[in-house]
Amino acid sequence: MQVPPSAGMDTFPQLLIRNAREWGDRPAYREKDHGIWQCWTWREVLGEVRKLSLGLTSLGCKEGDKVAVIGANRPHLYWVFAAVQALGGIPIPVYSDSVAEEIAYVLDHAEVRFAVVEDQEQVDKLLEMSAKLQQLEHIIYEDPKGLSDYDHTNLHRYLTVQEAGQTLLDNDEKLAVDWFETVRAGKREDVAVILYTSGTTGRPKGVMLTFNNLITAVQNANRFDNLDEKADTVAYLPMAWVGDHVFSYAQCLTAGYCVNCPEGPETVSIDRKEIAPTYMFAPPRVFEGMLTHITVRMEDAGKMKKKLFDYFLDCANRVGERILNGEKVSLLERMKYAVGEFCVYGPLKNEMGFSRVRVAYTAGEAIGPEIFKFYRSIGLNLKQLYGQTESSVFITSQPDGQIYADTVGVPMPDVEVKIADSGEVMYRSPGAFLGYYKNDDATKDTKTEDGWVHTGDAGMFLENGHLKIIDRAKDVGKLTDGSMFAPKYIENKLKFFPNIKEVVTFGNERDYVCAFVNIDLVSVGNWAERNNIAYASYQELAAHPDVYKTIQSHVNQVNKALSKEPMMAGAQIKRFLVLHKELDPDDGELTRTQKVRRSFVADRYAPLIEAFYAGETSRHVVTEVVFEDGRHGIIEATVEIRDMDTYSPECLSAIGEAAE
Amino acid sequence: MTVIDPTPEEVRKRGGEREVLLDLQNISLAFGGVKAITNISFNIRKGEIRAIIGPNGAGKTSMLNVINGFYQPQEGVITFNGQKRSSMKPHLAVSQGIARTFQNVALFKGMSTLDNIMAGRATRMKRNMFWQMLYWGPAQQEEIEHRKKVEEIIDFLEIQHIRRTPVGTLPYGLQKRVELARALAMEPELLLLDEPMAGMNLEEKEDMSRFILDANDQLGTTIALIEHDMGVVMDLSDRVVVLDYGRKIADGVPEEVQSNQEVIDAYLGLSH
Repeated sequence: MQVPPSAGMDTFPQLLIRNAREWGDRPAYREKDHGIWQCWTWREVLGEVRKLSLGLTSLGCKEGDKVAVIGANRPHLYWVFAAVQALGGIPIPVYSDSVAEEIAYVLDHAEVRFAVVEDQEQVDKLLEMSAKLQQLEHIIYEDPKGLSDYDHTNLHRYLTVQEAGQTLLDNDEKLAVDWFETVRAGKREDVAVILYTSGTTGRPKGVMLTFNNLITAVQNANRFDNLDEKADTVAYLPMAWVGDHVFSYAQCLTAGYCVNCPEGPETVSIDRKEIAPTYMFAPPRVFEGMLTHITVRMEDAGKMKKKLFDYFLDCANRVGERILNGEKVSLLERMKYAVGEFCVYGPLKNEMGFSRVRVAYTAGEAIGPEIFKFYRSIGLNLKQLYGQTESSVFITSQPDGQIYADTVGVPMPDVEVKIADSGEVMYRSPGAFLGYYKNDDATKDTKTEDGWVHTGDAGMFLENGHLKIIDRAKDVGKLTDGSMFAPKYIENKLKFFPNIKEVVTFGNERDYVCAFVNIDLVSVGNWAERNNIAYASYQELAAHPDVYKTIQSHVNQVNKALSKEPMMAGAQIKRFLVLHKELDPDDGELTRTQKVRRSFVADRYAPLIEAFYAGETSRHVVTEVVFEDGRHGIIEATVEIRDMDTYSPECLSAIGEAAE
Repeated sequence: MTVIDPTPEEVRKRGGEREVLLDLQNISLAFGGVKAITNISFNIRKGEIRAIIGPNGAGKTSMLNVINGFYQPQEGVITFNGQKRSSMKPHLAVSQGIARTFQNVALFKGMSTLDNIMAGRATRMKRNMFWQMLYWGPAQQEEIEHRKKVEEIIDFLEIQHIRRTPVGTLPYGLQKRVELARALAMEPELLLLDEPMAGMNLEEKEDMSRFILDANDQLGTTIALIEHDMGVVMDLSDRVVVLDYGRKIADGVPEEVQSNQEVIDAYLGLSH
């Protein structure tokens, strides 16, 4: 295929042409299929995208059309973005694990005419909702398994669409030139993508990001971390999430690096180990999960190995981070660390697929300082960043060598950040979104006329210029005695214990703070096995007296820690309970990105909250649940409530002053 | 109990008119004085899902063992693919295209999922021991071909994530799936499933049902299965044969069998 000379660098299809020209033979996308890594070079990707793009035109796709993309991370689905953008259309990635109604809402709101989906599961969801989706004309699927008997009037196989595009090309040579012309006509100000935010409250909103937003933000990020075409990353987070869109599409096209798609969600850890990415991103829960896994497995290891592990981890704990930051460390310690690298840290990093990582990011939630320190001490350059969909991800980030576990770093280049009088973090940047799709009211509420965007997060700048995020601004409240109540701040402290998976605290305009706790089934289940505690279900384990005792000791520790922080000392946990079911996105308790929908949980478990403040020691509740296949069921339980001791505020330390 | 009689078209749709793949005539099997199977005749047509049901000890597993040559019936004639036979060896049954799974999972526990499924291809390997030991060259080429087929089956049954896991450490439901994978790796014409869903929870049963239907539909495998979950049997199978105390008491489409008084009596335990 002939790659035309420069087509500009204003849109992603234009960047794709640049990549095909400059790095034509370098790998662009890899996918593990049938046990083997399949690879596409930039030149091949351009060919695939062009075929698909022309195939879409043969179905009637034209400038301004919206095309939904639903599925797991597959190279073929990433190419849809470029193929649609090349035509001047707008791709709309949708969370693939959403139930049919949620998908229907987004598709309807966005007036989607075409949907490109991964497999039968997604096709079924769309067909089920076809009555509501009047504007949806064609569905294109990638994996034909199980779909051969379906009516193919408006249903097409991805390959067939591409073949149609190829036939068009074969019949008319001029078409190739025309297509490149269309790509060249793309403008920087055009809307590149609409990303629907899962939203902890209300209906999802469609965030419109232009090519300019994404490309400027991403170029700055690439410079910030020296990312170039030699990097490798693994795409495994939902495609509809802005993070994945940036890391696996925008950043990849801009820097020219390679994106690797695992076989499936269950094989991510195996595939990551095989690829050994150099640049990676994971939300804190992934790092927590891996550490829990390692800890559990080390419990099973032989005495000798365990001793070795403990000894060198201790050594890493002392000097690892300082070595990573390039600080001065004695020769003896450095030698010990080198031996540790050989015996423990190296193999450990290899096991987790971190051997080649140059930069790893975590964001989305606060990460436990212990967990953060653990990874950094074994030599993984783990950093935190702060961002949101509306800002094309990057607001602040931690520069190499200036890493503090409780902050999210300094503003990225071209980004201005200020703290509003209300304590809310605001930013202004070239990456800031154009507006919410068909929702001007929300746009006005979020983005001021001079371009400042409300993040909705309460935060403060520390003395060293780093930003510290406390909580969602609207969640920060006050107890009846006037002391500050930042629910997430307290919850995160509890969630840093491996036994605790999720916490929801209550206390706004109440006399004291109470907490719902979800235990972590992996960690607590393992403990139960070790101690010969038999249990049949989550519910049974959660109600076990010994489990309660453990959780009680964790809450106690948190209360102690809170008592030492002058701003938070009043918000110690007075009463808690271990919830009889796991909070679940299928029940609407969590968002699809696993964030707690606080007000929904409060409504749903209102009797339990009532029991908290009525001083009861237990309460019988009946909860309706939705199973994975959509059926409904009921869980009944008598939930025990425990009282806690609180501590009087101690020394008013320097933390309070730093906060000013 | 209301019974809907299937129309002749329905019967035909369910494979009623298709060619016979396996025909069993007057089979009797006894162990000393114990009569396991007494004078049973039935057939399995190409492309159908045939269920064999009956109370415990009715002779269902013995029947499967007769079909794949593990037991030699004292009387009767078996015709498979037009070839008559009175005695059979399991390895011959395999080479003729009969594969099976077992009531109690019979996998190589210490081997990985991949190796277990590769074992299913063993009978199709053409290179002899010398070449296999040498490995490089033709044997390697052959192995790559077989591995491709195995990967297709791994994809088909969605077990990519346990490819390298020793099967002994897998949960029961997955072990059953690996066993099905190994049987499918032989690309059998007739697949015998001995209680494929025993000991599974609802979700695992649904998955397994899906895979059985897909194997039948997409790979065109004829399937004979023994199963105790009546819901599964009635939903999956085209025709059902019912055994009790080694005798055949009913044979027909699920609706017929369900309404048969003798079957109801056998299951509810009438005194004999």
